[in-house]
Parts: sequence; C-alpha cells; structure tokens
Amino acid sequence: MLHIVNKSPYERNSLASCLAHTAAGAAVILIEDAVYAATRGNSAEAAIRKALESLPVYALAPDLEARGMQGSVIDGVKVVDFGGFVDLVAEHRTSQSWL
Amino acid sequence: MTQAADTAEHGQDAQSVVKKFMFVNRKAPYGTIYALEGLEVVLISAAFDQDVSLAFLDDGVYQLVKGQQTKALEVKNFSPTYRALEGYDVEKLYVERESLEARGLREDQLLVPVQVVGAAEMAALMDSQDVVIGF
Repeated sequence: MLHIVNKSPYERNSLASCLAHTAAGAAVILIEDAVYAATRGNSAEAAIRKALESLPVYALAPDLEARGMQGSVIDGVKVVDFGGFVDLVAEHRTSQSWL
Repeated sequence: MTQAADTAEHGQDAQSVVKKFMFVNRKAPYGTIYALEGLEVVLISAAFDQDVSLAFLDDGVYQLVKGQQTKALEVKNFSPTYRALEGYDVEKLYVERESLEARGLREDQLLVPVQVVGAAEMAALMDSQDVVIGF
C-alpha cells in the first residue's frame, strides 16, 4: 500500500492518522502541503523519524522546491520527482489518499 | 467486433470482476460535503455489485451518531441513508475504537450496527482491499 498525504500537519491530522494505519510493506509519500512534514524542525519531525524506522517515506521534489523547502528535508526522507511518484504508484498493489 | 460479441464480452466482464472496495470516511457530516458525496459513491459502487465496505475513523465516526436533526439548518439529513445500506448489500461497516473513545462516543450511540475495530485491525482491513477511496 502506498499512502499519499497532501495536507500540512498543522492544518489536519491526515498524516498522524495515516501513520497510525500503515501495515507491513507500506510506503508514505508526502505531496503538496504535506511536504512541510518532511522538513527539519516541524512539529511532525518526530513522527516522521519514527515512521522511517519501519517504512520508507518520500517527499515530492516539485512541491518542496515550490515552497523553498528543498534544503530542509529530514535525513532519511527520499526526495522523488513526478516520475518517481509514478514509479511508486506502479510498484505498490494499492494506494490510498488521506484527504 | 460485432455488436453481439461486444455485448457478450462486457457481460462476462461485469460478472467476473468483483473487487474489494473500501470507502474511508474521516470527516464530520455537515461542515463539508465529503460525507454526503462519499455516501453517494458508496451507493453507486454497490449498484455495480462490488464487494463494498465502509470504514469510519477520526471525525468520520460523527457521521453515524444517532439523533441527527437538520431541519433548522435547512440541509438534507442524510443519516437515514446509512440504515438503507443493508438493502444494497453493504453490510461491512467498520468503526475505529480509538476514534470513538477520543470523542466520548459509545457504540450504542450509533445509528446502525457496526463492527468496532482497533487501529491495527483497521490498518489490516485497508491493506486487504483492491481499491481504497478516502473521503
């Protein structure tokens, strides 16, 4: 399962709820305003670091760059472009968007 | 392809492809359109004879609270629709225990029979689907 999160962790609990519902083999990708969760010093950093112990976490480069956050990505979070996003969708049997 | 062959092929497709669909409801009922729209999509997918289940977590559990009265608000009270789902063979309603408890809700305050599950079991249910659609 590929979990897709697109909301800032300050605006909604989508990321927290997503991370509480990941099974073995899952991956999480942060897009749009959710990329703020992938940056150092944000309130979700501890949750992201804990998640990284058991699953891969990705962030979408164009969304990081648009927000000027490309230099602040937490170590261990993998940055992917649109093509990489498509690859992730193809690699996982299912995907789920957390609105 | 002849029209008859085309019809036959699609008829076979419709019979053989039954997927497990889960609709994940995470929003309260009247503040946004998500809950109502989600319910519409559930009914549509049930009409296509798919294996449909519903999950209610986070604020989505508020959708199932008994006693909703929308007259003064002048909007449609769509909560009775959850009771009609059984008639569409949609009988798998999963409600997350943690979400109920965090909101001070008990199972007996809900308007339909549901299966209350923990977050881990909910995660496993989501993982077992062919298609997961969130609202």
